[in-house]
Amino acid sequence: MNHGPLQRESPDRLYTVTGGRADDARALDAVTLIVSECEPAPGMQSEHAAILLMCTRPTAVVEVSAELELPVSVVRILLLDLLDTGRVTARHPASAVRPAEGHDPETLKQVLLALQRL
Amino acid sequence: MPSNASERDGEPRRAPLAATADNALKIVIVGGFGVGKTTMVGSVSEMRPLSTEEIMTQASVGVDDLSAVRDKRTTTAAFDFGRITIDERRVLYLFGAPGQRRFWFLWNQLFTGSIGAVVLVDTDRVQDSWYAIDRLEHHRTPFVVAVNRFGPGPGLAEVRRALDVSDRVPLVDCDARSRESSRDVLVALVQHVSGPVPGSATSAPTPEDTQ
Repeated sequence: MNHGPLQRESPDRLYTVTGGRADDARALDAVTLIVSECEPAPGMQSEHAAILLMCTRPTAVVEVSAELELPVSVVRILLLDLLDTGRVTARHPASAVRPAEGHDPETLKQVLLALQRL
Repeated sequence: MPSNASERDGEPRRAPLAATADNALKIVIVGGFGVGKTTMVGSVSEMRPLSTEEIMTQASVGVDDLSAVRDKRTTTAAFDFGRITIDERRVLYLFGAPGQRRFWFLWNQLFTGSIGAVVLVDTDRVQDSWYAIDRLEHHRTPFVVAVNRFGPGPGLAEVRRALDVSDRVPLVDCDARSRESSRDVLVALVQHVSGPVPGSATSAPTPEDTQ
């Protein structure tokens, strides 16, 4: 387990990229899949532009975090900016949308079949 | 980050998911340092495992780990993950996560909604797993215990006694370096999750009961 980007990252930059805001209650799941709905525009914050380029195909929040070398909760805030302005859409995991129901038997069956094919 | 940076062997840095993917699932492999979590993720992942970090947010404080409040410094944790495509809509993310107390905030922030967990155990350091098992039971997260065999060691029944886990929790041997063996651990977990409700009289016997 390596010590990743945060140790090298200045707190100022973490503050700047998020505009100083804290994570909020609409927290995205770690595996919510993000999809770009537009191209990067000139003058856009570089992290936002990078996310739009990265998410032309569905990309999990943790994958965006790994690619940008920023902690997951910082990436969530960047993604909420893009969601609020319609530049990306989010495909939330069924387990987060209906947490009380657990994983449906069909999903578990398909996971089992896929694992057995490995 | 070193583990993400290279494109050795011409392998693309990220293999994109299908455009139709819309339901991501999680399984978490938890254990002490050096027990083989990253190795297991890499054995079954369809992409080179990535690594990233999380910082403990205010929301996590007080929910589960009051001990973290005493430490005024920012708590961070690095973790690895890989991925297995299930079908055109479903994708399974596998996380390798540290099991120590100070990293447990990851569970609240990242790992809720997981299908379940694999507790990866080194028989020389069984005590490293006690806290993780306690927390998983507290969260009512289904889990299996996988003993990563580095050489001869105590049998599974002995490991079960040392861990003090219920007979209903599956306990399996594995070699985290092996794709087949790691796959079998994940299969055991999903079968456990899919199977009879824990506590019911029809729970299947676990392997070491028959040894």
